[in-house]
Amino acid sequence: MSVAVRAAGDRALLVELAGNAEAVRLAERARSELPGLVDAVPGHSTVLLAFDAAPDAGRVRALAESVEGGGVRAGAEVELAVTYDGPDLAEVAKLASLSPEEVVARHCAATYVAGFLGFSPGFAYLLGGDERLFVPRRAEPRTRVPGGTVATAGVYSGVYPRESPGGWRLLGRTDAVLFDPSREPPALLAAGDRVRFVAR
Amino acid sequence: MIEVLDPGPLTTVQDRGRPGLAHLGVSPSGAADPRAYELGNALAGNRPGAASLESTLAGPRLRFLADAVVALTGAVHRPPFEVAAGEVLEVGGYVHGARTYVAVRGGIAVEPVLGSRSTDLMGGLGPPVARAGDVLPVGGEAGEAAAVEPDPLPGEPVLRVVPGPRAEWFAPGALEALTSQPWRISAASNRIGIRLDGEPLAWARREELRSEGLVTGSLQVPPNGLPILLGPDHPTTGGYPVIAVVRSEDLWLAGQLRPGGSVTFERVAPSPRCQAPCSTETAPKQD
Repeated sequence: MSVAVRAAGDRALLVELAGNAEAVRLAERARSELPGLVDAVPGHSTVLLAFDAAPDAGRVRALAESVEGGGVRAGAEVELAVTYDGPDLAEVAKLASLSPEEVVARHCAATYVAGFLGFSPGFAYLLGGDERLFVPRRAEPRTRVPGGTVATAGVYSGVYPRESPGGWRLLGRTDAVLFDPSREPPALLAAGDRVRFVAR
Repeated sequence: MIEVLDPGPLTTVQDRGRPGLAHLGVSPSGAADPRAYELGNALAGNRPGAASLESTLAGPRLRFLADAVVALTGAVHRPPFEVAAGEVLEVGGYVHGARTYVAVRGGIAVEPVLGSRSTDLMGGLGPPVARAGDVLPVGGEAGEAAAVEPDPLPGEPVLRVVPGPRAEWFAPGALEALTSQPWRISAASNRIGIRLDGEPLAWARREELRSEGLVTGSLQVPPNGLPILLGPDHPTTGGYPVIAVVRSEDLWLAGQLRPGGSVTFERVAPSPRCQAPCSTETAPKQD
C-alpha cells in the first residue's frame, strides 16, 4: 500500500493513507508503538502524529505501510435516539428529491462509522451514510446551532456536542451527551465506533 | 484571592494546556507564549504547570485580597514583588508584544478541567474569560523562586517555518511569496488564530481538501489566499491546506505578535532525521 509521510513542522508528521479505516488503525497502533508520541489525530484519510521531539519519519513510514485496510472494523456500537424535527429537514428532502419521511428512513437505515473527531470537543464526523442524502453545506452558516443537533453535510453526518456556529443541514435533535469532561472517556464517540440513528 | 477590577481586552487563566486529547476534538490550549509563562512561574517560585493570568494587549487591574508574591513576564516584565492585602495592581498597556503573564505565588487555583486550568476559547473548556468582579482563588503550593533574566522581545519578529504538509497544494512561487514579504497582523486575531494580510497565496488546486489534523503554528490558507497562523486554541482538524508550519522553538514569539504590526517567515528544513523520508512530492494513492 502506498503512503505519503509529510512534515508538519519540526515535531509532527502527517501520514496520508488509502482511507479512513487505515487512518483509524494507524492512530491506534501509533499510540501503543511509537515512543514520544503526544497526539495521534485521525482525519478523513490521514493521521497527524505529534511528538515531543523531532519525529523518526522512517519508523513512522514503516508502521504506516504495515497497516492493513479492509475487514470488520472494531469499535463500540452506539445508538442515538433522534427527534427528526430539524429546520432543514424539508430542504434536504427537496435537494434529494425525497419526502421528509424518506429522508428520515434513509438517515436511520445506515450504519455510520465515526471517521474522526474535530471542530469541537466530542464532534465526530460520521461516514457511511446514504448517498442520496449527500447535500452541500448551507451557503450561509448559522451563528448558533444548539447542542444535541443532528446534522448532515457532504458525505458526513454528525451531532453538535454544544451550542456553536455551524454550516451543516439540521435534521433533528438527540438528548445524548456527546461530550462531558467529567466522564471517562469524555467523548461519547471515538474514531472507529459504529453509530445508528433511531427515530423517536 | 484576587478580585478582577478590569480584565483589559482579554484576560484568561492559562497553564500548559491539554496536549494529548486532540483525537477527541480538544484543542491543546495553554499559554500562547509558553516561554514567558514558564519564566513567570520560575520567578514567582511556583511549581511547573501552575496556572497564571494571561492578559492581551493591555494588562488587567487586580485587587489582591491577601498578601501575595507576583511576577510579570512577557510584554511587560517585572521581577517578583510583594503585594499587600487590599493593594491594587495595574499592569497597563504594552509598548511591545501582545501578552503579559501575571504569575502569582501559589498559582491561580480554579478547578481543572481535563487536567488543565486553561481557558479554551474554541472548545469552551476551562474557566470562563475573566470579567470585572470575578474573584479568583490562589493556591497554597509553591516551590523555590529562581532568578532568571528574560530575553528581550525582537523588534522585527521573524518566525522560522518548515514547508508543508500541503505546500504542493499551492501555485508555484507561493512558498517564495510566503517567505519574501512582511505580513500585517490583522486586528481579527486571537488565541485560535492570527490572521495575516498581504499578497494572497494562490491555490493550484480547486478541489476541497479532506479534513486532517492540525498543529499549533500551522499556516492554514483558506481560498482567499490569506494565511491564518493557528494559535493554541486552534481546531484540531481542518480542511484548508497548510503551506508551512512554524518551528516549535519559535511558537512563543507567535504569542507575542501584535495586531497592526508585521511578521516575516524564514524557510528552514524540518530536521535531519526527517528530510529524506519526508518527501512532499509523493502522490498518495486515492481511495
